[in-house]
Amino acid sequence: MLRIPCPHCGTRDEVEFHYGGDASVRRPAADADTAAYAAYVYERTNPRGWHLEWWFHAAGCRQWLEVRRHTVSHAIDTVNGKP
Amino acid sequence: MTEKTAQDVTPSAAPAFKSTGRYSALRLLREALSGHRNWTRAWRKAEPRSEYEVVIIGGGGHGLATAYYLANHFGITNVAVIEKGPIGLGNVGRNTTIIRSTYYTPENIRFYDFSLKLWEGLEQELNFNAMVSQRGCVYTYHTDGQRDAMTCRANDMRLVGADCVELDRAALKSLIPAIALDNGRFPIMGAFMQPRGGTVRHDAVAWGYARGASEAGVDIIEHCEVTGVRQQGGRVTGVETTRGFIGAGTVCLAVAGHSSHVAAMAGIRLPIESHALQAFVSEAIKPFLDVVLMFGAGHYYVSQSDKGGMVFGGNIDRHNTYAQRGTQWVAQEVAAEGVALLPALANLRILRQWGGVMDMTMDGSPIISRLPVDGLVMNGGWCYGGFKAIPAGGYTTAHLIAHGESHPLTTHMDLARFAEGRTVDEPGTGPFPWAH
Repeated sequence: MLRIPCPHCGTRDEVEFHYGGDASVRRPAADADTAAYAAYVYERTNPRGWHLEWWFHAAGCRQWLEVRRHTVSHAIDTVNGKP
Repeated sequence: MTEKTAQDVTPSAAPAFKSTGRYSALRLLREALSGHRNWTRAWRKAEPRSEYEVVIIGGGGHGLATAYYLANHFGITNVAVIEKGPIGLGNVGRNTTIIRSTYYTPENIRFYDFSLKLWEGLEQELNFNAMVSQRGCVYTYHTDGQRDAMTCRANDMRLVGADCVELDRAALKSLIPAIALDNGRFPIMGAFMQPRGGTVRHDAVAWGYARGASEAGVDIIEHCEVTGVRQQGGRVTGVETTRGFIGAGTVCLAVAGHSSHVAAMAGIRLPIESHALQAFVSEAIKPFLDVVLMFGAGHYYVSQSDKGGMVFGGNIDRHNTYAQRGTQWVAQEVAAEGVALLPALANLRILRQWGGVMDMTMDGSPIISRLPVDGLVMNGGWCYGGFKAIPAGGYTTAHLIAHGESHPLTTHMDLARFAEGRTVDEPGTGPFPWAH
């Protein structure tokens, strides 16, 4: 069970959150080609290591948090860019 | 589990290998007369040579099956399977052993039914007892809409030659006396069943394919981790490993769970996320359930192993991970679903729990495809459906390697489908792998 330190509510169990996936993905410019959009929608770095990801605190403050978490140790390093 | 470690003696000090010969009842009797002291090891532990025609990365089900079919059906025997640990300890040894072809999209039904046909002849093909048990897979439905969707799926299955029958409540109760038809929250309206579905002894699949591949001349090299993919002029030339460089005309990735990690060594980003799926085994009990049962009101599947333990699982853990363990709330959810379906399970204790790392693709369908580097192909993206696909996945990947183009049953599994807008949306949820 992950324990996620929410900056608004304090440290809470994973069950209070919804996962939102890779937070490093950026939408390409409106005039970018279809290959850039296909990469944006489908391709992921999927690192074995530190991963920037979205978590929605559904049963708390209902804010989207940007969490940096390790995908092997599950250690959480920063939330919204702060340790 | 003990059989596996018994085979795994010091890899560098392997004695001269002697063919196992054919296994049979007569052979068993003969070996019994000498106290079973003269059995030889089932497959040869090889040292890496400097070059092969084909190098397969990953000694799991799909890698070993690909090597087997390449050597025995496609005439390519200059093949190495390289594995970072001992073979068969990844997902092929960490699943709930279910085989079936109850899929949604017709192209996936055709592929998985081909796999089911190969399972049906596997033990004769490999001369190895994989304990293929076609005990039937039963899916409960709980609403009118669900019945209609399952009817649609059953008809699609029948249209491509697979089997699927509907069971009413009385038939379901007589098949599974312990089932709670009148569950207060999710009463069961009926069920569909694929009689040809069932279970297989998962470890035996890895051993059987390894033995068959090894007998045909394939080198199986354990404790050899890939650290890089060498290329020259846009073409793969081999792999860097912890045991030196190994040259190859074709390199095949069969590392589901870690496909993104290995593909990145060749500079390729895949439409895949890695997620953990857990499985559970209870203490052993007397015969209780003789089919594979799936709970339609959640995501839960259960069967009883030949040792008597209830083997079950549910959803993935829903966050990216490469850790082979699991989160507790999913274990609780899975246990609750089991008790809702079969209340008697509440009396059982869970003995073991384990997690495997899954390649979850963006459309929920697998990838058997050439990659954007010449000579590099992949078999992966199995989305926790990889075990049942092993025979067909191995056969069609061998076809792709031997002929340079996809087998007709896997043309829809190419990587280009994502960029070209023809994804095969098996779960119908869009590009959110943690929701599949």
